[in-house]
Amino acid sequence: MNTPFAPNGKRPRASIRVDLQIIADMVTPGARVLDVGCGDGALLDYLVHFKQVDGRGIEISQEGVNACVAQGLSVIQGDAETDLKDYPSDAFDFVILSQTLQAMYDPKTVLGELVRIGRRAIVSFPNFGVWHVRLKLLVYGKMPVTDSYDTAWYETPNIHLCTISDFVELCDDLDIVIEQGMVLDAKGRPRSLRAPGTLANLLGEQGLFLLRRRT
Amino acid sequence: MTPHVSNKPTTTMPFGRVVELPGHRLDVPATEPLRLDCGIDFAPFTIAYQTYGRLNADKSNAILVCHALTGDQFVAEPHPITGKPGWWEHMVGPGRVLDTDRFFIICINVLGGCMGTTGPKEINPATGKPWGLKFPVITIADMVRAQVRVIDHLGIDQLFCVIGGSMGGMQVLQWAAAYPERVFSAVPIATAARHSAQNIAFHEVGRQAIIADPDWCGGDYLERGVRPHRGLAVARMAAHITYLSEAALHRKFGRALQDREALSYGFDADFQVESYLRHQGSTFVERFDANSYLYITRAMDYFDLARDYGGVLANAFRGTKTRFCIVSFTSDWLFPTAESRALVHALNAVAANVSFVEIETDKGHDAFLLDEPEFFATLAGFLNGAAEHRWNGTRR
Repeated sequence: MNTPFAPNGKRPRASIRVDLQIIADMVTPGARVLDVGCGDGALLDYLVHFKQVDGRGIEISQEGVNACVAQGLSVIQGDAETDLKDYPSDAFDFVILSQTLQAMYDPKTVLGELVRIGRRAIVSFPNFGVWHVRLKLLVYGKMPVTDSYDTAWYETPNIHLCTISDFVELCDDLDIVIEQGMVLDAKGRPRSLRAPGTLANLLGEQGLFLLRRRT
Repeated sequence: MTPHVSNKPTTTMPFGRVVELPGHRLDVPATEPLRLDCGIDFAPFTIAYQTYGRLNADKSNAILVCHALTGDQFVAEPHPITGKPGWWEHMVGPGRVLDTDRFFIICINVLGGCMGTTGPKEINPATGKPWGLKFPVITIADMVRAQVRVIDHLGIDQLFCVIGGSMGGMQVLQWAAAYPERVFSAVPIATAARHSAQNIAFHEVGRQAIIADPDWCGGDYLERGVRPHRGLAVARMAAHITYLSEAALHRKFGRALQDREALSYGFDADFQVESYLRHQGSTFVERFDANSYLYITRAMDYFDLARDYGGVLANAFRGTKTRFCIVSFTSDWLFPTAESRALVHALNAVAANVSFVEIETDKGHDAFLLDEPEFFATLAGFLNGAAEHRWNGTRR
């Protein structure tokens, strides 16, 4: 008789997007991880197989959820804005929100929930303060369309755009400690600038932060 | 003392004919009674079950399939009474999602059932007559307690998976709540942690149809040599509507007429949908016992998992290490997605390991019995992921 475990033929992803790799590097091996808005499960799959994490995901699209579960990941169909409140405090070592904060109706509450249910939160978002966005708005007087903001204003899911400085201010308001901050370039590679900082806000395409609540 | 195990289960057919069934039986002796929720110590009794595949050396590859209200243990083989294919044949078998080349599949006819396990139509040893309404009222928890006897008898400490839809899903939840260390993974499908008022109402219609049939004879129809066929058929017809969706009924039948060109201006089955329901009713009564229908629907009505845990559903799963995969179907209005979502919320509240998928289909509650490719793909993925954790030593 065969062994009960029969791999489904899919190899775990050995390489992932550069910005996801940076997030993965922040996660300690074996940690309990919740990936909020996990999409097709690329980051979660990597974390489960190469960091041996106890990984869970929430994804709003049914298509994404089914794809995740079909590859053996523990993912639920749900909405971060309504479902995060169900989790107990400190349920996870890391809660990840990658490139999604700007699409939330209530980013302030979501950010508060992230640091409540996770001992650490890893949050990344496109920086609306980057110089060429500022320049485009100034020169053309129209909502900028860039690599990070690649849809027109009337169809973009990004409804709460913010700059790195805005984000840092909100963290202060919410008593959230920034343990680590970095900025990424257009290809998701880290730049040698520390965030927060005026230059980071001017030159960073994306901000990526490791957070925890103060108490 | 080990219960006596004889060869084949049997079931009592109309007019007292006893038919031997495929599969296995466990006879629980009078010395090892089952304490039922109603307070009765129940024994002796017989449990009929069927298995597929082979149990591995360390007995770690067992999957318990829990059947629904009118299902039975014949999951993946022709039904011994009706000759119809097994109710989950496209799910269970070599190379299927529940792969009998890898897993040992067990399905147990529920306590109170009518396919070999002791139920109201079998003989009450105290009176020598069929149990009828003297049979104790049983609950989902009682059904699971009886199943535990079989799992113990097979020497299985932990089931790799407990899986089932509808009432089978209720048993899955009961297993996971009451015996968490014995359930590595749990797949409750198209189910709920409690039966809704609407569902109790539908069941009551079915029960009243049976009770209103003069041939029911206060539950003693077997002794009188009659059977409440009409009442049971109506119960089945009403229930069958709840298993389908409006869209599926429309797609299948629309307003098409049955074997005629024009309306008959009478009460024959003019419409195909009427003819279909009548057929469902009349074939059902050949294989199902009316009193069993009363008892099993009652067990579902009584199911309210949170009630047993201080009214907080999350408490039923506190500290659980079981991996859950919850599945619902978009057009299921009997056990709608909201019920599954309530389960997900409860499991999240204890940070349990849970997957939840809602499958897009217009086939209603019955979708869990049908060949739904996306349903199968997600289940296969979940089981593979669970197997990887169970056998490759990967950290949970």
